[in-house]
Amino acid sequence: MSDTALDITGWTCPAPLRDRPRVVMGHGGGGALSAELVQHLFAPAFGGDVLAQLGDSAAVSLGGVRLAFSTDSYVVRPLFFPGGSIGDLAVNGTVNDLAMSGARAAYLSCGFILEEGALMSVVARVAEAMGRAARAAGVEVATGDTKVVETGHGDGVYINTSGIGLIPDGVDLRPQRVVPGDVVIVSGEVGLHGVAIMSVREGLEFGVDIESDCAALGGLVQSMLAVTPDLHVLRDPTRGGLAASLNEIAAASGTGVVIHEGRVPVPAAVANACAILGLDPFYVANEGKLVAFVPREHADAVLDAMRAHPLGRHAAVIGEAVDAHPGLVVARTALGGTRVVDLPIGEQLPRIC
Amino acid sequence: MKYIDEFQDPALARRLLDDIHATVTRPWALMEVCGGQTHTIIRHGIDQLLPDQVELIHGPGCPVCVTPLEVIDKALEIASRPDVIFCSFGDMLRVPGTGRDLFQVRSEGGDVRVVYSPLDALRIAQENPQRQVVFFGIGFETTAPPNAMTVYQAKKLGIRNFSLLVSHVRVPPAIEAIMQSPSCRVQGFLAAGHVCSVMGMGEYPELAARHRVPIVVTGFEPLDILEGVRRAVRQLERGEHTVDNAYARAVRPEGNPAALAMLEDVFEVTDRAWRGIGVIPDSGWRLSPRYRDFDAEHRFSVTGINTVEPAECRSGEVLQGLLKPHECEAFGTLCTPRSPLGATMVSSEGACAAYYLYRRLDLGTVPAAPTTAPEASPVV
Repeated sequence: MSDTALDITGWTCPAPLRDRPRVVMGHGGGGALSAELVQHLFAPAFGGDVLAQLGDSAAVSLGGVRLAFSTDSYVVRPLFFPGGSIGDLAVNGTVNDLAMSGARAAYLSCGFILEEGALMSVVARVAEAMGRAARAAGVEVATGDTKVVETGHGDGVYINTSGIGLIPDGVDLRPQRVVPGDVVIVSGEVGLHGVAIMSVREGLEFGVDIESDCAALGGLVQSMLAVTPDLHVLRDPTRGGLAASLNEIAAASGTGVVIHEGRVPVPAAVANACAILGLDPFYVANEGKLVAFVPREHADAVLDAMRAHPLGRHAAVIGEAVDAHPGLVVARTALGGTRVVDLPIGEQLPRIC
Repeated sequence: MKYIDEFQDPALARRLLDDIHATVTRPWALMEVCGGQTHTIIRHGIDQLLPDQVELIHGPGCPVCVTPLEVIDKALEIASRPDVIFCSFGDMLRVPGTGRDLFQVRSEGGDVRVVYSPLDALRIAQENPQRQVVFFGIGFETTAPPNAMTVYQAKKLGIRNFSLLVSHVRVPPAIEAIMQSPSCRVQGFLAAGHVCSVMGMGEYPELAARHRVPIVVTGFEPLDILEGVRRAVRQLERGEHTVDNAYARAVRPEGNPAALAMLEDVFEVTDRAWRGIGVIPDSGWRLSPRYRDFDAEHRFSVTGINTVEPAECRSGEVLQGLLKPHECEAFGTLCTPRSPLGATMVSSEGACAAYYLYRRLDLGTVPAAPTTAPEASPVV
């Protein structure tokens, strides 16, 4: 080691970044890049007041009837994973988007994009899984389409589903209704789906079996609405996880959100896997959970109703909406400190060590 | 997970905090060397709970942060070649080189793959004999042994289409450099436990004695950090400056002999540039002559790339503990994780990113709504 003292004058660490001229994976990650793509490219191009609401599903009125309308595409790899398959996701994901408007899903469309060379037996398994999931959710696949792309242009099977459902009278779920004092409830343990997918996609094993939480939430939502139609907003925290959903609600409602880190149910196996990979369970995807902002006077009854439902038995109050720091989500740590829980930028990246 | 719960117990944390509060009588400045420790401190709000007299200074121990721009540019050039499969740990993909990053190379058609182990890259090389497979070998003493082992395996198996882009760095010379800086304020170190689990503690007694600083080998969970602080403060209050192992569950004084032997065989010590800091003598590793054939820089003739770093970013000072992230005029305005000026804002372990992610509320320097913040520039 040299004895020469380093001259720190002028030490720099630089490299200006720039906007991206091409699509990167983060644009589909459900975080800030996704939001920018929608807000700055798609929404201006399409126009329209309904899209501007940017909900999980659109609430529209047609012939005097209030409908929820939603679409989603599924490009998961691998096609089959612990706890489900791309077929289950394609049904439950869209059913859940409709449920977040308070609607009971009625009809789905299904668009398959198949890769040349995909095994017919695999396509059949996917279709059968879709059929089972649809029957369990009480929806009918009413229309569909199939396209085939050349080998190398797809990942075997991609699926798009759209869905419609009726929104009951008196139900008006949107972030703009959130007010300070609302209680934040999550319906169960977070992070299971994302970690289950990682465990099979990357060949990682965490010493315990972790299954996706993939499930249709329509029944749970109906149980909650039976207590009171006056729920303020529901979100299913899929890509971007709990953190992204809370940030979207905070930003759209103009209220702050405080959560108590220790109250968020995180299964030990998920915490373990996230610790190994350097990920935060709040940002990991779920496929069978919801987060609800509920008026304080109804919170206990709604929580009881959720816990009485099989998909809500681990439901927990995790925080509240507040006047302070509008638009920001803040976590109180178990040790007594605080931290901001930000919108993820793109996809979470496992750290180097 | 049992081990996490045990080392995050709020009641035990309170006892350690009480002890620290009772021990401190005057101001002390401690540096946590590792970015993982910085992340834990900020994420759990530990710095808010310590006595005001205990200042935590964030050190240069983020492998992503200190990898030089020049090396990133070499990675970008190699990864752009059509015959190359470029493999990296995930968090390197977002680090900006000159004008772009590895994500962008991938969006332009480059075959850039995230792997979880260098051995995965070697397997990819075996499966793709017609293509060149390059692994981005960065990091400290923790990631160097498996990378060394991978090169050793490649040579043993006669795999000719695998190479390593090497930018490994060593912690003790960085501590030496920090202490030699005339503007250094550091009075004690929380040494990075995982580095010591590989290297042992042999290099630290001389550093502690020469610079009269306590060095406490410290883990990464909240209780580890608090125990490290407690022991360092106790030494400082007593006027002591020894090496203390507060991470005995993972660190043996002699380190990991098998890993050390692998490092000795495959690498040799060299001067190494640290991003934002400059060249620190003897602070890095490169492949030893026996393994030079596996050096991607030579294989792809990118040794000529030289990069001039712009002077806007002050993360060199942040990495040295001379500046807190929020004291930089660009923090949260010109420089955010969405649009970083430097790697300390990019890496999840970077001090600037940790402050931005977790501390904006206290600092009050950044507009609140995330999606309408200044960095949300149009993509149209």
